[in-house]
Amino acid sequence: MKLLIKNGKVIDPANHIKGIVMDVLVQNGKIKNLAKKIEDKEAEVVDATDKIVVPGLIDMHTHLREPGREDEETIKTGTQAAAAGGFTSIACMANTDPVIDNQSIVKFVLAKAKKEGIVNVFPVGGVTKGLKGEELTEIGELWEAGVVALSDDGEPIVHAQVMRRALEYSKMFKLPIITHCEDKNLSNEGVMNEGLVSTILGLKGIPREAEEVMVARDIILTQMAEGNLHIAHVSTAGALKLIKEAKKKGIKITCEVTPHHFTLTEEEVESFDTNTKMNPPLRSAVDLKAIKQGLKEGIIDIIATDHAPHSFEEKNVEYDYAPFGIVGLETAFPLVFTNLVKTGVLSLEEAIAKMTIKPASIIGVDKGTLTKGKEADITIIDPNKEWTVDVNKFFSKSKNSPYHNRKLKGKVVATIVKGKIVYRD
Amino acid sequence: MLLKSKHLLGIEELTFEEINLILDTANSFKEVLTRPIKKVPALRGKTIVNLFFEPSTRTRTSFELAAKRLSADVVNISPSTSSVVKGESLSDTVKNMEAMNIDIIIVRHSTPGAPHLIARTVQSSVINAGDGAHEHPTQALLDLFTIREKKGKIKNLNVAIIGDIAHSRVARSNIWGLTKMGAKVTLVAPPTLIPKGVEKLEVKISYSIEEVIKNADVIMLLRIQRERQKKNLFPSVREYAHFFGLDRERLEKAPENVIIMHPGPLNRGVEISDEVADSVCSVILEQVSNGLAVRMAVLYLLAGAGRKL
Repeated sequence: MKLLIKNGKVIDPANHIKGIVMDVLVQNGKIKNLAKKIEDKEAEVVDATDKIVVPGLIDMHTHLREPGREDEETIKTGTQAAAAGGFTSIACMANTDPVIDNQSIVKFVLAKAKKEGIVNVFPVGGVTKGLKGEELTEIGELWEAGVVALSDDGEPIVHAQVMRRALEYSKMFKLPIITHCEDKNLSNEGVMNEGLVSTILGLKGIPREAEEVMVARDIILTQMAEGNLHIAHVSTAGALKLIKEAKKKGIKITCEVTPHHFTLTEEEVESFDTNTKMNPPLRSAVDLKAIKQGLKEGIIDIIATDHAPHSFEEKNVEYDYAPFGIVGLETAFPLVFTNLVKTGVLSLEEAIAKMTIKPASIIGVDKGTLTKGKEADITIIDPNKEWTVDVNKFFSKSKNSPYHNRKLKGKVVATIVKGKIVYRD
Repeated sequence: MLLKSKHLLGIEELTFEEINLILDTANSFKEVLTRPIKKVPALRGKTIVNLFFEPSTRTRTSFELAAKRLSADVVNISPSTSSVVKGESLSDTVKNMEAMNIDIIIVRHSTPGAPHLIARTVQSSVINAGDGAHEHPTQALLDLFTIREKKGKIKNLNVAIIGDIAHSRVARSNIWGLTKMGAKVTLVAPPTLIPKGVEKLEVKISYSIEEVIKNADVIMLLRIQRERQKKNLFPSVREYAHFFGLDRERLEKAPENVIIMHPGPLNRGVEISDEVADSVCSVILEQVSNGLAVRMAVLYLLAGAGRKL
């Protein structure tokens, strides 16, 4: 089984290839060769002229809703959405029902993914049982079963002592803890960013400090425990400042931002469209600017989607009552391309690095490169294609996206996982 | 030669020479324990009180027998049957004993420093039989005695101490004792059970039993308390046993002459499997026998040996 991707502009940050037109030969699911001109009569040819060829994208923050809410998303549909977005690997969060807090659920997810998933699925295990924030999960057993990280995401870990012990204990297995930073007392039932807009709209606000207080706490605890911290969905300028200082001190932390946090601000909520409701919420223009700056300076390590499917019935209610979250797998790369690359915030290589080799290294998987001999996970992008987002064409079961009808530039035209084409535009 | 202090409160303050003196003295008392009449008159007429605020099988029996074998008179006091239940303070309790001319008070207490408080309060000699997580000197001494007897030496041996180091007085006393005697100590436990700063005591730290076991001359196992699970120090006893329990499979990776030690009581199936506990490498019961000789030596050196009380 051979695949020959011809004439594409190859970008592979891990191997310092910054846009050289090359052919890529895939054989038996692995990358066989990259060279200026490859001929192989047995190979299926994929014409990548004027296209960009990159390592398959990796999303470290996806919510697949299986087990428990298969009406919103299954491992099958979630991986189809991932493939359509150019993602060949996803790490799925633990807040399913039941929660991924023991090895049997890990094994269930892996088995389902092997049977029905079309991209690589790496489970994230819960830090605490039931994500209740009280008792540590059997972290060693979760590690043996195959989790790549630990997270109670959806929920913050309220008790500092629990977070401390988690950071200390998980060190043994070199598992990062992905933290959802939110002081629930401060966020206090808020539904959008606290500020002038929330005041005008009369909606309860989630202050920036709710995030920043816990970012500060978790940074200090990480230093204390000498553990491994990854801060999920950073959304405020203040949080970025804390992270910048921590990194200067050499504390081992990484962090991510989502595309909605560098493309949308709190003004979007004026429509009361619940597809503008997520946690952490859309913030102000100042925060958005800081995020772009943070990406540029390298304070922000990766871009992740926080893909959070919700059923139409659940989202189609009053703003106060709707659940938090939007889908993101199928719009992530085009948003990155349109709003970061085309605007000069990041070069294409930098953007690709933040979606390939960097997340791969955080979760410790041998992916995110086009190195010879590695599994052939490859994404082909048309950088010139202009298109309009249509949520009804989404592969995801859920359509809760604020980007419906948005015009974007750049589209994934083919996604290859282990040498097999799993998505074609 | 005598011990410098009239108390035995910890190993931290003992010198290399003092430890050797105790071990050599214990050697001669071990012989006494093989005689048909296991008694010597060394402490005749002396009075010893066992003041045990925490449960104990080995230590208390061992001290009581040691005192009796030396012909001393022994009184056992436990708080539940004393006026401590009426709220009498530790200070008052021991002052009352002093009024009855007690020569030695042996105390086990759940909080560190209790023996030191007693030593400040009365004229009697005080022996620490375990104060909270602080020290358990006679345990470390009998451990050193056992190692020296089985291996012929202590210096340069690789000793692995595996278990809940953070809460263990046995670990602390042994760290002092072993390092003073020149052994190479490695602590093995999940990071949550390694106390802060301990690496400054000239010990190595490892989170992997596999890494340490292949070179271990002595493996010292510590009991895991199930209550610690509630404090998130480890997620479950099962997980602890899976990653840190010494079972036959792991033991096979150790050098042939390794000795397995445990201060007791054993949590069979947790830190130690039945097979290992009952194997030829285990010296656990010998530790108990040696404990008797070592405690006789300590009592003798503090109250016999020409020391006027």
